[in-house]
Amino acid sequence: MGLVLTEEEKMISEMAEGFFADKAPAKQLRELRDNRDETGFNRGLWGEMAEMGFAGVLIDEEHGGSNMGFMEAGLIAEQMGRNLTASPFISTAILAATALNKGGSKEQKTEWLPKIASGETIMALALEEGRKHNPAATNMSAERSGNGFKLNGQKGMVIDGHVADQYIVVARTSGEAGNMDGLTLFLVDPKTKGIAIERTQMVDSRNSARIEFEDVEVNADAVLGEVDKGGDVLKAIVNAGKAAIAAELLGTGGEAFRQTTDYIRERKQFGVEVGSFQALQHRSAHLYSELEICRSAVLMALTAMDMDATGSELPVAMAKAKLGSVSKLAGLEGVQMHGGVGMTDEYDIGLYLKRIRVAQELFGDANYQMEQIASMKGY
Amino acid sequence: MSDFKEFRAEVRDWLAENCPEEMRTPMSGFSDACWGGRKFKFESKAQEQWMRRMAEKGWTVPTWPKEYGGGGLSKEEAKVLASEMKRIKARSPLSSFGIWMLGPALLKFGTHEQKLEHLPPIARGEIRWCQGYSEPGAGSDLAALQTKCEDMGDHFLINGQKVWTSYADKADWIFCLVRTDPKAKKHEGISFVLFDMETPGVEAKPIKLISGRSPFCETFFEDVKAHKHNLVGELNKGWTIAKYLLTHEREMIGGMGGDDMRPISEIVAGTVGLVDGKLPDAMLRAKVAEAEVDEWSYMLTMQRKLAEAKAGASLGADSSMLKYYGTELNKRRYELMMDAAGHDGLEWEGARSNDGDLARTWLRTKGNSIEGGTSEVQLNIISKHILRMPGA
Ligand SMILES: Cc1cc2nc3c(=O)[nH]c(=O)nc-3n(C[C@H](O)[C@H](O)[C@H](O)COP(=O)(O)OP(=O)(O)OC[C@H]3O[C@@H](n4cnc5c(N)ncnc54)[C@H](O)[C@@H]3O)c2cc1C
Repeated sequence: MGLVLTEEEKMISEMAEGFFADKAPAKQLRELRDNRDETGFNRGLWGEMAEMGFAGVLIDEEHGGSNMGFMEAGLIAEQMGRNLTASPFISTAILAATALNKGGSKEQKTEWLPKIASGETIMALALEEGRKHNPAATNMSAERSGNGFKLNGQKGMVIDGHVADQYIVVARTSGEAGNMDGLTLFLVDPKTKGIAIERTQMVDSRNSARIEFEDVEVNADAVLGEVDKGGDVLKAIVNAGKAAIAAELLGTGGEAFRQTTDYIRERKQFGVEVGSFQALQHRSAHLYSELEICRSAVLMALTAMDMDATGSELPVAMAKAKLGSVSKLAGLEGVQMHGGVGMTDEYDIGLYLKRIRVAQELFGDANYQMEQIASMKGY
Repeated sequence: MSDFKEFRAEVRDWLAENCPEEMRTPMSGFSDACWGGRKFKFESKAQEQWMRRMAEKGWTVPTWPKEYGGGGLSKEEAKVLASEMKRIKARSPLSSFGIWMLGPALLKFGTHEQKLEHLPPIARGEIRWCQGYSEPGAGSDLAALQTKCEDMGDHFLINGQKVWTSYADKADWIFCLVRTDPKAKKHEGISFVLFDMETPGVEAKPIKLISGRSPFCETFFEDVKAHKHNLVGELNKGWTIAKYLLTHEREMIGGMGGDDMRPISEIVAGTVGLVDGKLPDAMLRAKVAEAEVDEWSYMLTMQRKLAEAKAGASLGADSSMLKYYGTELNKRRYELMMDAAGHDGLEWEGARSNDGDLARTWLRTKGNSIEGGTSEVQLNIISKHILRMPGA
């Protein structure tokens, strides 16, 4: 039922584990940060990830993908989480691939999916506009103009927005902010006139962008899916994002926990290892339990994604809610149990705390998911 | 899964024919459960029929071998049976410590003769067992137990006291931890013996709990003679068996919600009512959603751990994780149910509240994180055996 990995899934997971630990450990993120790298991730790595089939994990063979499926995508994300690996995996392999799979015309698929799978094209989803995730609140306008549309508005938290070769822009073609109806998705070239991009350095040393659109003209064939009916495709994209981020957080939280327990097993005070103090043992054992619970939630969400992406909204929201709160606990306890060194830049635990803070916010924090769950379940 | 299509169809037909309608309704309380045993009075004809028919099939203990009264089903088949029973909301035909605790231990450590003697009566609901572990001076520190057991040649002689013995006054037999070597280190002088509660010298005195009910007893042994062939495993090697049995007890307690298996949101919404499709108290709504996420994830974890065990891994110390998490969660569930019920949940007597069933059950759940080893003890076990913390 997906709660226990098949031999094949285990193999993929182990392969990903070895790959990221070897090619993209936390050290790489530090280097990118310290060198103020312009890209924010290692392009060579992304190329290798494409060769491994990771970039095309959700893309069918016909379009050059490996079509491994969502469970595998999650297992890959988990290992990236463990290693704090920076890459366009979420923006491109998950979000953009889902957008094209669900909403793309035959031509759009033929044009873009092979380029995503090969690692050639990086895509970014320009969705968020406010402080918090809220797709229905989309206010950016797309007005009909000549043979196409004219886009006006601004976007934030566009992951990989500073280096993307192509944007998927969510804009309002009708209706009022607060409504999922009236949204339309557009494929937009970042070099189009009227686009201003500001790279934003985030607390987790990754990049996203704020983007201004001023009278940006696009053709009618830039529309991804149907005009005014982008909400459904958008829901599928966001759902995929949540599931992948939940899986990433399982890795990030789990690794923060592992480093913490490793540390307290060795660190001595009062002549004994601090891990011999029951106060720390019980909090560790509690966190262990929570993380085990989390793993089941993530595996179920991934299974649901593979089975039926529309029926998966509830389990995915539940997994994202659970992982949002538990990974935060893992980060907080991690720093606390490290004591003073936990506050230093030298130790990795702080990097984990920071990445968790960002990832739990993406596509809605635990409070948001809980609100969604209550609404979905009708209470 | 499709391999079990035929079996599923068979089970479905059999259940349709054999599960009485009255046994397809939710139990209104713990007292509705069928415990079996010599002293047990069936609540209804249907309850008795249901237990007997299931026992005949071996389905009160579906995975036990047929020769010991079980159904001889594989884990997968047992799952099919459970899901088919769930589908028609069938009650459990028989609940007992014999099934949950002693059975698994005997299957692993008992001799063929011991299994033949004790397992079929458990399966048929004829003998009800109680657990003689805790003593006044040996709770969390169970291995400190003092109940003395001397080898008198042709029998054992037992003297001492147990406490918190659930249903000792209703049980027919006891599985009991006794000290057989007072000079050995505390874990090494303990044995695991079985004897009849009707043996002269055994006395069980019920203890009244905060719920007002008396499900457990102080149990006294004065010159109790036990048959030596009812020593399970080797003399002085009882601790291993005791611990093995505890992992089963913990799985069982961890998996035991209340009788009301509905999602917590449904229960709370049913009690409080919705305004514009929402629970009107935003804080309560948030807590319910949080509990619901945890209950869902926990249930999946139970399934995952059991499935992993099938694939060859043993549950081991993870039974402590499940016990810890499941019982804390169940306590939270009942706190929320009491929050939702408000004044109505506070009634202690009278027909309206079914004699304070909610309040009493709420109080009973407080014991979930104490019985079978406290939450703190489970966290100790996780620290030591899973996290390998120093000095744990
Ligand atoms: C409803 C119920 C049913 C029961 N049924 C049975 C039964 O059928 N048969 C049977 O034999 N027993 C039964 N018990 C007894 C149960 O196993 C014990 O109550 C339990 O093991 C705790 O022991 P204690 O009561 O002596 O508490 P204590 O051990 O005195 O514990 C007191 C407090 O100290 C804490 N504590 C103790 N040691 C440690 C430690 N090392 N680290 C941190 N904290 C610690 C405990 O967690 C607890 O909070 C039952 C108990 C209950 C509540």
